[in-house]
Amino acid sequence: MKRQPRMAGAFLLLFGGQLFLNFGQKNFEMKKAAISKPTGLFDQQFVTPIDQVGVEERVARLCKRSIKTDSKVHALKMAMSMIDLTTLEARDTPGKVKQLCAKAKRPHETLDVPAVAAVCVYPNMVKIAREALKGSLIHVASVATAFPSGMSNLKFKLTETRWAVGEGADEIDMVISRGRFLTGEYNFVFDEIAAVKEACGEAHLKVILETGELTTLDNVRKASELAIHAGADFIKTSTGKVQPAATLPVTLVMLETIRDHYYNTGKMIGMKPAGGISTSKIALQYLVMVRETLGNAWLHADYFRFGASALANDLLMQLMKSQTGAYQSIDYFSKD
Amino acid sequence: MDKNTKEETIKKAASNGVSVNGSGKANSERLKVLKTYKLYIDGKFPRTESGHYFVFKDGQGKNVANMCHGSRKDFRDAVVAARKAQQGWADKSAYNRGQILYRMAEVLEGRSEQFVAELQWSGLSAREASLQVEQSIDRLIHYAGWTDKFIQLFSSVNPVESSHFNFSVPEPTGVVAAIAPPASGLLGLISVIAPIIAGGNTCVVLAPEGAPAPAISFAEVLHSSDLPAGVVNLITGFEKELAGHFSLHMDVNAVWYCGNVAEHAKLVQTNAADNVKRAIITKDIKWNSAQGQSPYFIMKFQEIKTTWHPIGF
Amino acid sequence: MKKKKDNNVTLNFDTDWSYAPAPESTGNIKLKDKYDHFINGKFVAPSSGKYFETINPSTEAKLAMVADANAADVDKAVKAARTAYDNVWSKMKPSERAKYIYRIARMMQERARELSIVESMDGGKPIRESRDIDIPLAAAHFFYYAGWADKLEFAFPGRKAQSLGVAGQIIPWNFPLLMAAWKIAPALAAGNTVVLKPAETTPLTALLLAEIMQDAGLPAGVVNIVTGAGATGAAIVNHPGIHKIAFTGSTDVGKKIQRALAGTDKKYTLELGGKAANIIFEDAAIDQAVEGIINGIFFNQGHVCCAGSRLFVQESVAPKVIRKLKDRIETLIVGSPLDKNTDIGAINSKMQLNKIKELVKIGVDEGGEMWQSSCALPKKGYWFRPTLFTGVAQSSRIVQEEIFGPVLAIQTFRTVDEAIEKANNTPYGLSGGVWTDKGSRIFKVTSNLKAGVVWANTYNKFDPTSPFGGYKESGVGREGGLHGLDAYLQAME
Repeated sequence: MKRQPRMAGAFLLLFGGQLFLNFGQKNFEMKKAAISKPTGLFDQQFVTPIDQVGVEERVARLCKRSIKTDSKVHALKMAMSMIDLTTLEARDTPGKVKQLCAKAKRPHETLDVPAVAAVCVYPNMVKIAREALKGSLIHVASVATAFPSGMSNLKFKLTETRWAVGEGADEIDMVISRGRFLTGEYNFVFDEIAAVKEACGEAHLKVILETGELTTLDNVRKASELAIHAGADFIKTSTGKVQPAATLPVTLVMLETIRDHYYNTGKMIGMKPAGGISTSKIALQYLVMVRETLGNAWLHADYFRFGASALANDLLMQLMKSQTGAYQSIDYFSKD
Repeated sequence: MDKNTKEETIKKAASNGVSVNGSGKANSERLKVLKTYKLYIDGKFPRTESGHYFVFKDGQGKNVANMCHGSRKDFRDAVVAARKAQQGWADKSAYNRGQILYRMAEVLEGRSEQFVAELQWSGLSAREASLQVEQSIDRLIHYAGWTDKFIQLFSSVNPVESSHFNFSVPEPTGVVAAIAPPASGLLGLISVIAPIIAGGNTCVVLAPEGAPAPAISFAEVLHSSDLPAGVVNLITGFEKELAGHFSLHMDVNAVWYCGNVAEHAKLVQTNAADNVKRAIITKDIKWNSAQGQSPYFIMKFQEIKTTWHPIGF
Repeated sequence: MKKKKDNNVTLNFDTDWSYAPAPESTGNIKLKDKYDHFINGKFVAPSSGKYFETINPSTEAKLAMVADANAADVDKAVKAARTAYDNVWSKMKPSERAKYIYRIARMMQERARELSIVESMDGGKPIRESRDIDIPLAAAHFFYYAGWADKLEFAFPGRKAQSLGVAGQIIPWNFPLLMAAWKIAPALAAGNTVVLKPAETTPLTALLLAEIMQDAGLPAGVVNIVTGAGATGAAIVNHPGIHKIAFTGSTDVGKKIQRALAGTDKKYTLELGGKAANIIFEDAAIDQAVEGIINGIFFNQGHVCCAGSRLFVQESVAPKVIRKLKDRIETLIVGSPLDKNTDIGAINSKMQLNKIKELVKIGVDEGGEMWQSSCALPKKGYWFRPTLFTGVAQSSRIVQEEIFGPVLAIQTFRTVDEAIEKANNTPYGLSGGVWTDKGSRIFKVTSNLKAGVVWANTYNKFDPTSPFGGYKESGVGREGGLHGLDAYLQAME
């Protein structure tokens, strides 16, 4: 995954006919005279509208794909390799995180199944995870920026981000300021993301839109574009702390935004639905959606992740069922 | 020549019951001006392209007026005019169309004497003619009131299963070619024109063979009723010559045959198939009864359009 | 700031991960070797003794032999229908009539799986469509019209509704059971009896429906089903004992029927061809519009009279839309109709395939630029790749003529007026599509399209409550909804 260079200069954002100017870190009231030449990647863009019913119909049709036999086994393993195995609880302890890391490295004793993509924890657990995953290729992801609400100031968010990276995080999962977004302060949100991106250094940035709080698919599209243009390597649906968390319609809209960005720039942005994806059946529906929206290149942990915890065991149960022909009980799978 | 002045002259002549052979001049000092009955196409009164005329005779076999012997080319020109006027007429508000129909009734009321006179040429008694003019006026009023109601009555909102708003409304079929009831005079003519145009269609109508003169005089009513040019076009002539052309024209959307000749009805229906015209055959209607007016006549020349749209955030 | 560096990037859908075959099981399907006419409640052999083959267009394998009806068979069916009308159906309490129709709807739902599979076998349409659209919608039509049977007094304001007598119904091969339902359900609800002829390439589900009529205990003769080709249809149209003809099919045949009915008092409804415009404005929800274009033209292999076969895209977004369209088409799976993952099934018949090929060749010869999906096609059976044409004009034959296959002709436009003018520039007027985010424009464009069904920000949606039918050469009359009753009733004073 290549990092996107921080863009300098003025960005002209045209959201639904409104103009927003962004001069680095500071906001200025727009002055008409100031707009001499549109620059940047978004000059002629307006945010494409989204029709909710059309999205839902497309999702329903994708969900009708029937994934069987070898195709299913392949998909289950692929899903496993894409998991950000997550624990984000106030009661998390080094012990809990170590157990999770063990599961991440070796999801099952006997099944031929890949390790997960990453372990996702709070910043103060990064070091523990880093240590526990030593020798594996599994990434450590840390939430940051006053997760899950983001209700703090930029200085704090940047400090937290740098700290998490310093502790050994390969990936930072930040939250956007939804309140600011909903009041139309897109510049503010943009600047925050851009600043956090800079603070990430070499670490990859996942931007959590918390789509459950954005309420409309039009907002999801808008926030996705904003996050991508501000420097997100991944866009992510949810914190897992708000309902609804990841949904298929929201994910489709985000994947389509990623597709448009790819069409326009050739640059691949990753996607991470998170929260509520606990069964293999649903995971496979997501994979079908990725396959038919973005194709081959995105069917890899570099570009698609599941933010999940319970999903891993369900994938294992399904794999075991495929191998033995018997439906499984959770009692035979470790709950870490 | 100033058009209005000319029309006034024509009107006076007609209302005096002056006929072509000049029989009315006996007691008069001055020679009366005779009326030339022309066609009504595109809001103008052209002579027939054919150059031919026929003499309309009254009940006693007396020549009363020269009428244009309308041809297929007159019909062709009329269809062009009707097509040109159609979208604009359909786009007018229902309220406005209603007002124009009402205006026609007003103007007709004001000129009723002329029509009573002309109808008598067809063999009606003064009382019968007067009654028919009254009924004609009332029929216009009836349809004036329908323009903004039939759509409500025949529309629907359809509760589809999916998340869509779905509604169906009548829209005008387009250009209608009509052969008016040959023997029902002005009332038959108006009973045909009114429902067609009330619904936003434009039309080319073959005037009743039994009463061509009042039909053309009615065109003068139309002409002074704010009805846009081309909405109603009137041709005088003969069903046996024109029924085929009326039903064959590819730019006509519907054809309404109110004649009595089974062969003509069949011809109309057969020809209509060439472009899947709506072919309406109306027979055995007593136009001077309640049968003669109904929103169902309007609906014969309406298409139901169904529109779907998603319902979502 | 760097310019867009690579605008030619492509998506690759030829993945390592492909879907394994997911065939719908045909284990429970037991087709008879031979199907007879369904007349007067019984299956009876054709008087000529002749049968014809019906095949599976995806394999070219014979499915069954089907009776070929001549004028004598049709006469028998019409007489049975007349007798049933006079003695039973017109005299039955409307609420009882309703219950029979409800019962048929229910029994269709019970046998839905079987009907779906047979529909896909006989007609070539993907099981996803027959299972999720055709069959449920067919049952829904019976359910909807059943409820009208005892409410007809509300159908015509100010008038009394009266049934017509015997309805002769001739249906096409693109939606065999659904079209049977569209025809039979309102006819029965209105109190008429029926003689129906399914298309000769897809007679099987109508004959299964006949079994359902039997199982439902529908009085003998109320519904009669005779099978055969054009001659059988002509015998129905010309039979003096028929009071109403309902036909769905090509405009050519529709005109012949209209001519044949001239001079008779038979009422008729015609659902004929189309060449619908699907108009995409630059402010549309583009990804949903692309999906709408796909549904518009590739639904049922494009064998749809209301298919959105002419695409009009505003010039400013045309490259984007076409690129997305191509990528989307690459994900369409063409193959066995019985595979649950199939998006596009088999072309219904060899004859139809040849017609599509011929018109596509003309499109190429006339200078149109053709693009086709790279999908693999099965060896046996009748198949055609999803196909796009650009660089075509209003004068191109593939823009004027109904292809009735998975072939989309794409044109661009600059202004709203131009789009409307081009959209209406056709003898057809069945349907149309409009895609824009602007509400006022939706109403303006939808009201200016001369078409009976207009889908705004959606396409190819159907519902029993929603009237369907065409302007101009696309037909006469409406089917579905309240307005669909008009076809089977007369309004009496």
